[in-house]
Amino acid sequence: MSTRTFRVWRGDAEGGDFAEFDVAVNEGEVVLDVVHRIQAEHAPDLAVRWNCKAGKCGSCSAEVNGMPRLMCMTRMNLFAEGEPVTITPLRTFPVVRDLVTDVSFNYEKARRMPAFAPPADLKPGEYRMQQVDVERSQEFRKCIECFLCQNTCHVVRDHEENKPPFAGPRLFIRAAELDMHPLDARDDRREAAQDEQGLGYCNITKCCTEVCPEHIKITDNAIIPMKERVAGDRYDPLVWLGRKIFRKGRSGSAAG
Amino acid sequence: MSDNAIHDVERLACDVLVIGAGGAGLRAAVEARLAGKRVIVISKSLFGKAHTVMAEGGAAAAMGNVNANDNWQVHFRDTMRGGKFLNNYRMAEIHAQEAPDRIWELETYGALFDRTADGRISQRNFGGHEYPRLAHVGDRTGLELIRTLQQKLVSLQQDDEAAGEGPDKLQVIDETTITELFVEQGAVKGAFGYRRGTGRFMAIAAPAIVLATGGIGRSFKVTSNSWEYTGDGHALALRAGASLINMEFIQFHPTGMVWPPSVRGILVTESVRGDGGVLKNSEGRRFMFDYIPEVFKAQYADNPEEADRWYTDPDHNRRPPELLPRDEVARAINSEVKAGRGTEHGGVYLDIASRRSAEYITERLPSMYHQFKELADVDITAAPMEVGPTCHYIMGGVEVDAETAASKVVGLYAAGEVSGGMHGSNRLGGNSLSDLLVFGKRAGEFAAEHAAVTPAPELSEEEIAAAAQDALRPFANDGENPYELQAALQAVNGRLVGIIRRAEELEEALAELETLRPRIANVTAAGGRAYNPGWHLALDLRNMHLCSVATAKAALERDESRGGHTREDAPGMDPAWRRINLVASLDGDELVLTRQDVPAMTPELLGLFDPSELAKYMTPEEYRSTEAEDA
Amino acid sequence: MTTTEDSAVSSPPRAAIKARNLRIDNWRRGPILTVLGITAWVAYATFRVFYQGDYWVADYHYLTPFYSPCVSDGCVPESAHFGRFLPDHPLIPYAALSLPFLLAFRLTCYYYRKAYYRSFWLSPPACAVPDGHAKYTGETRFPLILQNFHRYFFYAAFLISVINTWDAILAFHSPDGFGLGLGNLILWANVILLWCYTLGCHSCRHVMGGRLRHFSKHPVRYRFWTLSSALNARHMMWAWITLASLALTDFYIMAVAAGWITDLRFIG
Repeated sequence: MSTRTFRVWRGDAEGGDFAEFDVAVNEGEVVLDVVHRIQAEHAPDLAVRWNCKAGKCGSCSAEVNGMPRLMCMTRMNLFAEGEPVTITPLRTFPVVRDLVTDVSFNYEKARRMPAFAPPADLKPGEYRMQQVDVERSQEFRKCIECFLCQNTCHVVRDHEENKPPFAGPRLFIRAAELDMHPLDARDDRREAAQDEQGLGYCNITKCCTEVCPEHIKITDNAIIPMKERVAGDRYDPLVWLGRKIFRKGRSGSAAG
Repeated sequence: MSDNAIHDVERLACDVLVIGAGGAGLRAAVEARLAGKRVIVISKSLFGKAHTVMAEGGAAAAMGNVNANDNWQVHFRDTMRGGKFLNNYRMAEIHAQEAPDRIWELETYGALFDRTADGRISQRNFGGHEYPRLAHVGDRTGLELIRTLQQKLVSLQQDDEAAGEGPDKLQVIDETTITELFVEQGAVKGAFGYRRGTGRFMAIAAPAIVLATGGIGRSFKVTSNSWEYTGDGHALALRAGASLINMEFIQFHPTGMVWPPSVRGILVTESVRGDGGVLKNSEGRRFMFDYIPEVFKAQYADNPEEADRWYTDPDHNRRPPELLPRDEVARAINSEVKAGRGTEHGGVYLDIASRRSAEYITERLPSMYHQFKELADVDITAAPMEVGPTCHYIMGGVEVDAETAASKVVGLYAAGEVSGGMHGSNRLGGNSLSDLLVFGKRAGEFAAEHAAVTPAPELSEEEIAAAAQDALRPFANDGENPYELQAALQAVNGRLVGIIRRAEELEEALAELETLRPRIANVTAAGGRAYNPGWHLALDLRNMHLCSVATAKAALERDESRGGHTREDAPGMDPAWRRINLVASLDGDELVLTRQDVPAMTPELLGLFDPSELAKYMTPEEYRSTEAEDA
Repeated sequence: MTTTEDSAVSSPPRAAIKARNLRIDNWRRGPILTVLGITAWVAYATFRVFYQGDYWVADYHYLTPFYSPCVSDGCVPESAHFGRFLPDHPLIPYAALSLPFLLAFRLTCYYYRKAYYRSFWLSPPACAVPDGHAKYTGETRFPLILQNFHRYFFYAAFLISVINTWDAILAFHSPDGFGLGLGNLILWANVILLWCYTLGCHSCRHVMGGRLRHFSKHPVRYRFWTLSSALNARHMMWAWITLASLALTDFYIMAVAAGWITDLRFIG
């Protein structure tokens, strides 16, 4: 056991500042344990959002020493002895109080994401899908919606004005999930990604992938494949030429 | 203060109010909205974070995709055995019959389960299930379920928007806690609560309310449950005049993490054992062979060779004893540790590293691999895990009608963990996810029906003001810090009402709970109303306390051992107790217990079992009477 | 509060934290190394491309990749496997046909984009460190929308990799006929690494099979996709290794051609 200094940002939308706490830290503890100790012993009204404390629900997102992290999965032995640990709320979303932010941006973007479209000719129980065909989408369904990727993405983090046109990495993997779903009946996912979700804003600097606690390869497996699919539809002259020539008599269908 | 509070109350109304946004609540909401009703879902945390995400192994449904011998009768039989025949047989029957449809339906909402070679939903083995039965997605099935239902709700909202309907047709109000139900003449008419973010109050008028609030696990220190599990629905139901049954039965999952201390209790999925992991004590002995109870001898292997053959040839070998129902495994681990054969940190070893390849483990159990790597610095492909029992699930809950999920209070329904009866004295792994789908749907359906024939209720200013005053009381109190009181309550439950119980200890627990009662009534909240966790906990504490009293009282009353209730001073099952449910209700402020007969199984269902098996649970008259009827 | 106008991360209703980033680790290291590495390489490559000499070892038929295919009138006739048709001019590199495509292939490569957007353009310099620019539109408009042509440069790079492979085959030569020296090993190592980079390209992965919805119906393409994906997982590594191998290969051939060293011969 040792005593460590924590700087925790406290305040709300009106303003705030860092509060310092000297707290005991035991072997094997994570940052969230320490925040709970601060609550129990120093500041009972310290606002923090958490649920499962096992890295499965994605509630306790915050920034620790400037890096977006889940507090429940950030072990204290990550930090050198004697170095103060600074905890702030997510800095891309409006602050509610202390470490809690208003993440409704992400839910609003999800509201605009067209849902899975079930195939018209299959009844429940008749779905047949091969494991190799569902695996790509399954990777994206590991997402626990901690919104660390949304928070880290500089497109909205540093440019508030991009929030309306840009849906963010969380929704890009949703778009990829559905575009790669073996039975999804819509064929406009990539157009929607480019035109409605602002896929073009992404400059693939990969911070979303870096902070993902589920280790989803957001950039390589979702964003870039979606950009490639868009490129195939819109910017590939060979495909474009082929379409011009062969289009007569048949309507475009999804690949494969 | 109270005047201001009244003026600041947000007033809402709907047809069906769903309290709880886990699997059961969301499934109920989908059904009620599809029935054309205006629905409000109240979520204690953010939308999509409910405790359902923690479910790992899968959802049990006798689809017969992996073993064609499986059918609802076999599933029913396993469920009754697992619950030691204390289950509400009709619930177990409906559950086994409807679970496959509920799972298939999820695929039409976009769920992506793991597949069999012929493209159907893959099913995995699990404790107590005779055949591979659990539809799953790796070891994150609960997440898939919650996300699928969440996205289905969003799609219904999109449909409403496209049809030109207002947003009030289906609303999800997140980070909101309900503190009180409004009841008039034996019927519910609404609920009162606060938004966590602002502390602002909310009163919702609704003729039908579905409780889907989950369990009570946060009353224990070592638990796999998230902070939301404070028994809100159990307590709301009691205070509204409904009854709870089987509150003495709490499932301790045999395998929770034990080290480091900060993660003690976090679940290690049963799939580790279903996929080949075995339990060993500090002497390296695979001890579960020593703990096969008489009633299960026919189904479980008594030697390692047969047990290991079962993984590849389940039709000709008996199952490994590591896959006994959870209560048996938890007790066995407890005994090993007590006998001094535990690990350094007071658990036993769960070893899959020496039995399966690293690739197999990381593919089948990705989140377990991840969890141990990141939280305990243990590579489970190379070293065994240390595990021990953790409070996981309460079988007891609101007494409901099997068909409609209706409680005794008109208009009040309950589904999922907050309801009781379905699982009897012990729940099988995998039956929880299917339970919440089957009965969540039914609760939504019948709540919508009830709302259709019930006039819109009115809430009076007086009752709202009274509820507001109640909720604000902790700010005016001069008592203790809520965190200390929660720790005290957890200590009582952990020490005296845990996995192994004794009459004197339960009496002591009740006495200590009694001294805690005034302290909790006088709990103090510091600070303001905006996102104040101290205040939130202060309000949750009384629910936790009420549930703890119900559990301790019922545990003291039932002097036998069955499923999730083990009495050291009354070992073994007593057939006389098999016929009795303990029913808890409130008489004023006092919790009272009454005895009630367990519904008797129909002859057809009794006929699914071998009489020699029934003889292990029932008095001869019970099963012989049906033999006579059969003849 | 003086910098709030240009700093979204510090502006209400977000938490008003004055420091624009609170990282205490050495986040500058990555971008600095990237700038140094790329700048050094570009400087060397520019010098070599316009040097117009010491690119061909006549005895052993070593041709540096910087001059392949050699299509200028200035090329040594034996080194010009595909004819000589561009005018010899100091500002026209001898491999002027392929170099622009190779440059564009790497310029539009998803890995290099990440590298230079971060390190040269500071957009953003590191995760959770503010963008160096007040406005940002990403790749939504001209000129950056042209990044979408990466696929085309991949097709070109694929052909050029075939030519490099051909060069490496022709280089098994000595005045007596067949020959093998250290230069061959270097040429081949370079070619193999170039293939690892080229076949692991995100566009290649898409073309091989990534664009399919049902892998199960296209087992062969699924296999190609799986291989491409395996290479793609290390795309950054191949990107840097090939920069090094290109420069080293070129330098070795220059050194042999200029007579600074002699090739270590095993056969011939």
